[in-house]
Amino acid sequence: MSAVPLLSCAIWLPIAAGLLVLAAGLAGNAPLARKFALFGAAAGLFVAAPLYFGFDVTTPAMQFVESKPWIPLFRINYHLGVDGLSAAFVMLNCFITLIVVFGSRVSSQKYAPSCDAVFLVMSGLFNGIFSALDGMLFYVFFEASLIPLYLLIGIWGGPGRVRAAFKFFLFTLMGSLPLLVAMIYLFFYSGGNFSIAAWHLMPIDKVSQTWVFFAFFMAFAVKTPMWPLHTWLPEAHVEAPTGGSIVLAAIALKLGAYGFLRLALPVVPDASREFAWIMVALSLAAVVYIGLVALAQMDMKKLVAYSSVAHMGFVTLGIFMLEAPGGASAASSALGIEGALIQMISHGFVAGAMFFCIGVLYERTHSRQIADYGGITRAMPKFAVFFMLFSMANIGLPGTSGFVGEILVILSAAEYNYGVAFVAASTLILSAAYTLWMYKRVMFGPVTNPAVAALNDIDVREFLVLSLLALGVLGIGLYPRSLSEIMRLSVSELLRHIAISKVF
Amino acid sequence: MGTQGLYWLVPLAPLFGALVAGVFCRVISRRIAGSACILGVAVAFAASVAIFLDVREGGGFDGIVYTWLVSDESVFGIGFLIDPLTSAMMLIVTFVSLAVHIYAIGYMRDDPGYNRFFSYIALFTFSMLMLVMSNNFLQLFFGWEAVGLVSYLLIGFWHDRPSAAEAGMKAFLVNRVGDFGFVLGIGLIFAHFGTLDYTSVFNLAEKYRDAVVPLFGSSGFPLVSVICIMLFVGAMGKSAQMPFHVWLPESMEGPTPISALIHAATMVTAGIFMVARMSPLFELSETALSFVMVVGASTALFMGFLSIVQTDIKRVIAFSTLSQLGYMTAALGASAYSAAIFHLMTHAFFKALLFLAAGSVIIGMRHEQDIRYMGGLRKYMPVTGVTALIGSLALAGVPFLSGFYSKDSIIEAVRMSEIPGSGFAGFSLLTGVFVTAFYTFRLYFLVFHGRERFFAARGKQDGMHAHGFSRGQAPEEPPWTMTAPLIVLAIPSVIAGYLFIEPMLFGGFFHKAIVTADSHPAMERVFGHFSSPLEMALKAPGSAIFWLTAAGILLAWFLYLARPAIPAAIRARGGVLLEFLENGYYFDRFYAAVFCGGARLLGKGLWKAGDSGIIDGLFVGGSVRAVCRIAGLLRSLQSGHLARYAFSMAAGICAIFSLWFFIHMNWIKP
Repeated sequence: MSAVPLLSCAIWLPIAAGLLVLAAGLAGNAPLARKFALFGAAAGLFVAAPLYFGFDVTTPAMQFVESKPWIPLFRINYHLGVDGLSAAFVMLNCFITLIVVFGSRVSSQKYAPSCDAVFLVMSGLFNGIFSALDGMLFYVFFEASLIPLYLLIGIWGGPGRVRAAFKFFLFTLMGSLPLLVAMIYLFFYSGGNFSIAAWHLMPIDKVSQTWVFFAFFMAFAVKTPMWPLHTWLPEAHVEAPTGGSIVLAAIALKLGAYGFLRLALPVVPDASREFAWIMVALSLAAVVYIGLVALAQMDMKKLVAYSSVAHMGFVTLGIFMLEAPGGASAASSALGIEGALIQMISHGFVAGAMFFCIGVLYERTHSRQIADYGGITRAMPKFAVFFMLFSMANIGLPGTSGFVGEILVILSAAEYNYGVAFVAASTLILSAAYTLWMYKRVMFGPVTNPAVAALNDIDVREFLVLSLLALGVLGIGLYPRSLSEIMRLSVSELLRHIAISKVF
Repeated sequence: MGTQGLYWLVPLAPLFGALVAGVFCRVISRRIAGSACILGVAVAFAASVAIFLDVREGGGFDGIVYTWLVSDESVFGIGFLIDPLTSAMMLIVTFVSLAVHIYAIGYMRDDPGYNRFFSYIALFTFSMLMLVMSNNFLQLFFGWEAVGLVSYLLIGFWHDRPSAAEAGMKAFLVNRVGDFGFVLGIGLIFAHFGTLDYTSVFNLAEKYRDAVVPLFGSSGFPLVSVICIMLFVGAMGKSAQMPFHVWLPESMEGPTPISALIHAATMVTAGIFMVARMSPLFELSETALSFVMVVGASTALFMGFLSIVQTDIKRVIAFSTLSQLGYMTAALGASAYSAAIFHLMTHAFFKALLFLAAGSVIIGMRHEQDIRYMGGLRKYMPVTGVTALIGSLALAGVPFLSGFYSKDSIIEAVRMSEIPGSGFAGFSLLTGVFVTAFYTFRLYFLVFHGRERFFAARGKQDGMHAHGFSRGQAPEEPPWTMTAPLIVLAIPSVIAGYLFIEPMLFGGFFHKAIVTADSHPAMERVFGHFSSPLEMALKAPGSAIFWLTAAGILLAWFLYLARPAIPAAIRARGGVLLEFLENGYYFDRFYAAVFCGGARLLGKGLWKAGDSGIIDGLFVGGSVRAVCRIAGLLRSLQSGHLARYAFSMAAGICAIFSLWFFIHMNWIKP
């Protein structure tokens, strides 16, 4: 479309900036490194903006496509492009990166340039995942993005960081090896092709579909994370620095669900439909089980981490309400998938904001224990307003972004299977219970801890970051069309595609 | 376009005020913040009047004005449905809201959260208007949740008080349990009707009258009945019907003006409004109506009993509100939707009046709320005393006052109803009349008449900041900004019933907005006995209702003015029944133990046993242990002992050479 390879820029600009930051940091020039970091993050958002604002909503086809041979021997191509499923994620990723880099001094006592560098490199790799149209390219980005997160937790994390980083790495590795096997299998099956588009079109027999589906499942369910593969997440969140937690929740968790949409559903539609009930059951388990577990948490970060798992349960639920036993219409499946996509974007803002808020408190008191707080509202009224807004978004109050995905998924579920809707709707009660109870214990009541009385309210930088996140939360909540219009045609196209059996 | 702009103006003017007061709450003065909100609400009131007049001339509107989301075949958006029912609600909401705004200038005078308070109540007005003006279920839900949010914020307004924070959360969570049903009702509508637009749903409903659907994978459920009951569960949460009533008494932790506005006049009546709005659906389901009626009648009676034993001035009125909401709900069950809305209106006036009078008393008494430490206040606070008497008479249902007309109509309608449960409902409501009159005048006499008890020394209680009086000091009437709204509300409390009973109940004002099936002729039969408001009041002594009211008032007088020793003796003696009532039938303790305790316990159990025990311990830990064991075996191969290495090497070389030798000698084939 345009002469500028925007997607390549969105990938490599942040990575290049990250390397410059690293170099400047190693040279001991921290101010210069900081400038590079801010510039890189801003440039990333700048090149990503046209992807969103210049997006052609009248076609479900791939846009901003770039294609060059990469490893001709195996017919691996450097093939990029975005459609309605992925465009918004690139934008979200660049936005969150800017937020994290801009707000990163909150999280670390002394400014660490290499930390910013890691964020930038990671941002580029994430963009790569969302725009890769070649299976091997996807896999390379998917795996490479593991490393910066691992470093973030392992180097800049809390006291239990080594164990947490190791657990995180093992879990995700356990998932990615089957993914690699599946990719290679598909390569041979398709007659030597790594193009995802080709995989979409090729017929696959039933047994192979099952194998490939469960390989995908291992990779993406760990990443999402789906119950019961979620136990690495709370630990990773607790140990990760604030910025790491934000990126982990806002972007990294979306990779799994995105993988289901980009690979599992269209490549192995018959297996996806056949095993959808497993996915629905695991999603519901996540909503209820995790909701209850969140209620019992005493550590704020752990609580929000568990709440993320429950919210992601809603995402996978929305994706896999494919064909009901009674025959759910395509319209209701579309509602579910759109709901899931919007829920993912919304969760990026809301969970990111929640972790930022916890970071603001942690920065001041060095505690994440709910019991150490109480009466913060008195000391930090401005902060209290933001935290209330994001808590309400976490609960899914209408007018905030959290509501949109939730209601679409529940409406879709009511048509799919009323029992599913019944269980899913329990999130209304559970999410309100754990979120408000935490808010009450942290923010309300008399000040009992003398350290709390001495707290300073948020400064200008924190105010700016929180305002930007609030703008996103309210913007999506009040005008979700800004997202749904982009997604609509791609979702219908996807559903049309997977309705046709590939078994020959 | 002109009228559409007017429709927009109604909710947006208060929203504008709320944003000005809220966003700039630390920058602007109290005067600006208060004025912005009051101006916004005043504009909304004026516009509502204009719309009301237009609707009376036959004007109206139904359509989407803002598209929120489009998905495949469905369009979700903000729309307005302007008809007599909506415009009546708009008038009630904006009128009471305006009175409460003005009252709050005086009431919140010394509060540091003045601007925040105004921002909240203006935001509430916006939300409530969005709720009543909606033409679809999604926006209804938006308003529904938004009023819940503001209610939560206002109950916990004094957030340093642990009890207030607790009460706010409780209100939100109990409402959410109701919303759980509400959302599922909406989901069911969407799943089967394919739209969330009121008019389309109503048009389709007739077709589904006898539809039976499989739910939960089993036998058939009558679709419309399930939808109605699910929606009504939402109404039970919002309108605090048993067993969801537990949050309302606790909501009294909030400032008194909002108790008047939100927890008496408007928000809690949202459930009543919703069911009336859904009359085309509810009329199709006898089961749902029966359920509604029994729930309402039970609430009316049993919550009335609880009001008798309260000692906090606001809690007496709060339990009375619960009971009156029960009356409205019972009317809905009898298909007397117009009577329910009529009582909603009169109740909004006199109950807001009573709450504001209570607030005036609290200020006059320097934040004392216990009626046992009041008495004889009419001497010191004449305006409050007279207006409170008017409110009490109206609440008790004394002829010619507004409450008389609306309550009598409800009782008549329930008695005329033939659906299952109407016998029980009729009995409960009739008994409730006596209870209402008794607790209302118990309150009135204890506060405004009798011995002045506020000099009695009172130990400092925690959580209360009552200052108490020493000799020579006396309670005083609060400033005019607080007494003027009392007078403004006292007027309709007297005359609204007389003026509006004919047009609202029998004059076809709600034609088309409210549908009643031919098989539910309760209201028609009531009309058959009705000639004019004057005659209705004059004929009152011929009915049991009148004498029950009189008996209630008389008994209150006898026990609390003539022989105050008797109730004191009863209280001193205690007993099972008294304890049962004072603990509110043990609902709270039951919920706290079973639901709150149970959920926490379950959560902890799943966390410790499920996450840490089984998933991490058995699966993750198990595989790690397996890896460790294998690694341990391998590790023993690289122990670092040179001798062992040398031995292994020698053994290896021997093995390879033997192998080569054997192959070479053709003893084995490779």
